[in-house]
Amino acid sequence: MSDDKKKDIDEISGVETTGHEWDGLKELNNPLPRWWIWVWVISIIWSIWYFVVYPAWPVPGGATEGTSGYTQFKELQESQQEIVQRQQQYLSDFEKAEFHQIMDDPGLYAFAMAGGRAAFKDNCAVCHGTGAEGGIGYPNLNDDDWLWGGTMDAIHTTLEYGIRADNLDTRLSQMPAFGKEGLLNKEQIDEVVEYVMALSSDEDVTQMPGHQIFQQNCASCHGPDAKGMHEFGAPNLTDGIWLYGGERADIYETVYNARNSLMPAWNERLDDNTIRQLTVYVHQLGGGVEEAAKEPTSILSPVKSMEE
Amino acid sequence: MKNPFKHHEFLEKNSIILLIGIILTVLVGGIVEIIPLFRKETVIEPVKGVRPYTPLELAGYNIYIREGCYNCHSQQIRPLRDEVTRYGHYSLAAESMYDHPFQWGSKRTGPDLARVGGKYSDKWHVAHLIEPRDLVPESIMPSFGFLMNNGANLDMRPHLETLKIIGVPYSEDMIKNAEKDAKAQAIGEPRGDTTGLMERYGEKVNARDFDGQPNMISEMDALVAYLQVLGTMVDFEATKDVDPSTAETNMASKEE
Repeated sequence: MSDDKKKDIDEISGVETTGHEWDGLKELNNPLPRWWIWVWVISIIWSIWYFVVYPAWPVPGGATEGTSGYTQFKELQESQQEIVQRQQQYLSDFEKAEFHQIMDDPGLYAFAMAGGRAAFKDNCAVCHGTGAEGGIGYPNLNDDDWLWGGTMDAIHTTLEYGIRADNLDTRLSQMPAFGKEGLLNKEQIDEVVEYVMALSSDEDVTQMPGHQIFQQNCASCHGPDAKGMHEFGAPNLTDGIWLYGGERADIYETVYNARNSLMPAWNERLDDNTIRQLTVYVHQLGGGVEEAAKEPTSILSPVKSMEE
Repeated sequence: MKNPFKHHEFLEKNSIILLIGIILTVLVGGIVEIIPLFRKETVIEPVKGVRPYTPLELAGYNIYIREGCYNCHSQQIRPLRDEVTRYGHYSLAAESMYDHPFQWGSKRTGPDLARVGGKYSDKWHVAHLIEPRDLVPESIMPSFGFLMNNGANLDMRPHLETLKIIGVPYSEDMIKNAEKDAKAQAIGEPRGDTTGLMERYGEKVNARDFDGQPNMISEMDALVAYLQVLGTMVDFEATKDVDPSTAETNMASKEE
């Protein structure tokens, strides 16, 4: 453009050109679109407002806090308070209610089931299955076959402290590895496997060679009638329900190397209300045992009464 | 004010002045982005319990990166109600201060793993990594069964030394015993001796045969050891009501 300072106007559009010319082509010197300039200016004003109102500008010792005092942590707290308030109409009663009261009150029951279902999907479903159908090594929770007891209290204890978990109060028992530790030889294991397989049939098993071996080695936990004992988490062997498979090879493996699987303790991860909701949910899945058939589940109670 | 930009011709025709203009503009952007990094310690909460990874966990961390787990799993629980309800306490900056690079991730095809430690048993992790669909039929996660057959890289000394250079507080003792500690953690008591490991990294270290193959320290051992420590280090009871805005003391305790 121009040493002569003369404006070069394009004839057709009437717009000033930059004065550059390439083989007869000239570039129009159009201004930036008006709307674009306005967006740009408003963005600058907005960013200044943002710097003032929100935490933004790094200063020695941290950052400016902003006039609104906003933090994400505060926002979380507020939204959690809101949900606690909404739950409060149920929670205040739920916290105090015994399990049988929850079962009798439709409102509390619905609250427990809704919370329990959500917590189950988040925390339990990966092992026990979305429909609580279980899998190899993870019990089906829809049936009435319980390892550690199916009363509300028993389920609650299992959830709180876990099984063989990293927790002082966890449920603890250990099946010996009869083969690996040399407690039984190969023939004896074969016989006891035959016996255990026959237990869930209608056959008379008392005459089998495995009967004697079972009574001496297994009955102390699984019971003389092999119906299992909840105190030891020893499964009922007569019901045809197999946690680790009911094939001959599976049972042989169980007797030879033992199975001692783990359920985590949830009392550090979930609050007590959620655990109680889960208890109700798991109890109603199909196999919950009535409180009337209650068995002593807490080893603490005798100690307590002695202190009194 | 017919054309407020008519003076740009002057800038365009004086390259030195244009250059100075460019440098000034870039400088502002650079300062705004870089200066906060020099004051990183002001946003790292002074929580108790966060320690550098043990050599075995670090080997697992390397496998986590090698297999691209971060492509589908994030490690950051944001302070949002639904995330806190599902995954637990929101992630703190302190929890990833020894991750180089951090594994926050940006995509959640699978669930967040920031607090997966202790949530499931070792057996579950092993079975799930071998064939995810055995446990979660709807899962689309690939199978990682081969980790069972690969020996883990236990020569972690160079990695520890490198991390020390960039500020992870590994002691001389930790570096010297890297391989020994890795083995002790993957074997556990009573077959192994974990005294030294616990002395160096604390009593809370998980030391056991993670993959259920007692005769081998596999990559599965390392990866499960890493997964089982995720999000479990911070002692939340001791650090209740930590106000992140007054977090100032963390660097000091690190330098001790």
